[in-house]
Amino acid sequence: MNLHEYQGKDILSSFGVRIQRGIVAQTADEAVAAAKKLTEETGTGWHVIKAQVHAGGRGKGGGVKLAKNLEEVQSIADQIIGMNLITPQTSAEGKKVHQVLVAEDVYYPGPSETSEFYMSVLLNRATGRNMIMYSTEGGMDIETVAEETPHLIFTEEIDPAVGIMPFQARRVAFNLGLSGAAFKDMTKFVTALYTAYVKSDSSLFEINPVLKTSDDKIMAVDAKVTIDDNALYRHKDYVALRDIREENPIEVEAKEVGLNYVDLDGNVGCMVNGAGLAMATMDLIKQAGGEPANFLDVGGTADAARVETAFKIILKDPNVKAILINIFGGIVRCDRVAQGVIDAYKNMGSVPVPIIVRLQGTNADIAKDLIDNSGLDVLSATEFQEAADKVHEVLA
Amino acid sequence: MSVLVNKDSKIIVQGFTGSEGTFHAGQMIEYGTNVVGGVTPGKGGQTHLDKPVFNTVKEAVDAVAADTSIIFVPPAFAADAIMEAADAGIKVIITITEGIPVADMIKASDYVKDRDCRLVGPNCPGVITPDEAKVGIMPGFVFKKGKVGIVSKSGTLTYEAADQVVKQGLGITTAIGIGGDPIIGTTTKEAVELLINDPETEAVVMIGEIGGQLEADAANWYKSSGSSKPIVGFIAGETAPAGRTMGHAGAIVGGSDDTAQAKKKIMRACGIHVVDSPAEIGKKVAEVLG
Repeated sequence: MNLHEYQGKDILSSFGVRIQRGIVAQTADEAVAAAKKLTEETGTGWHVIKAQVHAGGRGKGGGVKLAKNLEEVQSIADQIIGMNLITPQTSAEGKKVHQVLVAEDVYYPGPSETSEFYMSVLLNRATGRNMIMYSTEGGMDIETVAEETPHLIFTEEIDPAVGIMPFQARRVAFNLGLSGAAFKDMTKFVTALYTAYVKSDSSLFEINPVLKTSDDKIMAVDAKVTIDDNALYRHKDYVALRDIREENPIEVEAKEVGLNYVDLDGNVGCMVNGAGLAMATMDLIKQAGGEPANFLDVGGTADAARVETAFKIILKDPNVKAILINIFGGIVRCDRVAQGVIDAYKNMGSVPVPIIVRLQGTNADIAKDLIDNSGLDVLSATEFQEAADKVHEVLA
Repeated sequence: MSVLVNKDSKIIVQGFTGSEGTFHAGQMIEYGTNVVGGVTPGKGGQTHLDKPVFNTVKEAVDAVAADTSIIFVPPAFAADAIMEAADAGIKVIITITEGIPVADMIKASDYVKDRDCRLVGPNCPGVITPDEAKVGIMPGFVFKKGKVGIVSKSGTLTYEAADQVVKQGLGITTAIGIGGDPIIGTTTKEAVELLINDPETEAVVMIGEIGGQLEADAANWYKSSGSSKPIVGFIAGETAPAGRTMGHAGAIVGGSDDTAQAKKKIMRACGIHVVDSPAEIGKKVAEVLG
């Protein structure tokens, strides 16, 4: 589950990680009130108005702006809220902004220069351990840093039995070139950050930038936080942080009925049991001359109700020109699935696009007979290649 | 010969009396698998499916000499079940459970590393040695005995591959479902190594998917092993968009090196017979076996 910057920062702060403080606002008036309150609490003169959407690169799209007075807070917030923010990480249409974070200005002048770093905490799949990845090149796209100056990216892998050790926190601070008060504050920051990551059951923290202020404090200016969905059962308070406005509405609907669906841009919908076979089916659609319109794993029980729901979800996408159902019946019997397809088809009255059903495995022959004798406009296949050929035919 | 499980494996089922455990243990027994009992804490002393139920894995090891375990325990308790099996001296721990929190698997995978056991999964269909032992949730009838080993991250795609191989008049030595999670016990490389070293296995089918480096590691190992046993490979997810999880928690393209294209390129460079179409796995196996 992805979180907004302000939600991620709340979690960080709850574990003692210093953050750039801010207040979320839904309207320009709320933003002005938030700015006033923030000035009282923090003494900040200027404010940063930041669009809250689930996408990186917000600054590049005009979603992050500095306001030097309350009039600017009002006008900038008014401009950002409701806009379709287009960033390198959104689709071409962009993402609608529903709220902004009004944040304190942390780049104030002081005894030393400010500097920005990059820091993330994530799983190293190769070792099965968490690692802290960090760089002196803050505020930049980390993929670019990895390509152009890979020697400026450091990693610190954490032993799960003992957690982050003081020597590791010191090594991070040394590698980032810090000394004095900033050094000490960085060791605290990175230790608290790792603790927050583990205790919140997150699967990604990306803090870009981590700022050293002009008075040698270390803080998170941005926060991208992803919580492990499988661990949400132990964090009931985080469940409410899900913002479904940020998700694809068809995917949300599919999830509610327990279907694993990912919306894609193609023209051939598919309904498959098992994630690996579903991906393979998408690949086969492409090789047959189509483009997959979705990923859909119907799971182990493909009865009529489930098939019908899946049909309806696939057909919500107006680009779908054909549907390929590919079920390998193991424990699930193919004749049951075939009956499910027939019943679903009849319940729906008609399906506006050609359907190809490929059933293989337990009772595949009976299933093929059921489909072929149903009188419905459904093409049946038993072999994988045969299904691909039929997709090719109906698209031609 | 075969790998991991055979007719002599003494298998217990953790989460034996739950609905999943009951159903699949029944199917395993029906297949002829040597299930010697099961574990459900608090139900020790009872009999279930005509087999003894134990409170702990240790009791099962002591009483019926169990050496293999299959885990159907719900996600919140599954990592604990894995560690209990490892602690009790179980040698092969096959975890079917899907949806275990990553933080739990980091601990469990670290715990089993220092112990004399092998973890398979989680989030996998299990392991089958045809005519000997089905320790998983796969449809047994698809897997006819033969000389082709299968390693796969996916369940139904494994059945698909086995079916294609069988339709070519060939059969399977052992099929290993390694699982689709970001953290799994037995890796692609380890499973491939087991099969390449198995004298009865004459060819290996290696089915991977987007995300992670497991297939690249396996391919590099295969090249350096100098083995003359052919491997046929397929990677699912060429059409999957970057940054989206495709069903399996581990199936997500994170960078330029874990796409299907990148993996296939490395596999080809290491001498693996890669097919682009999932419909051609069986044909390719028949071709490389001549």
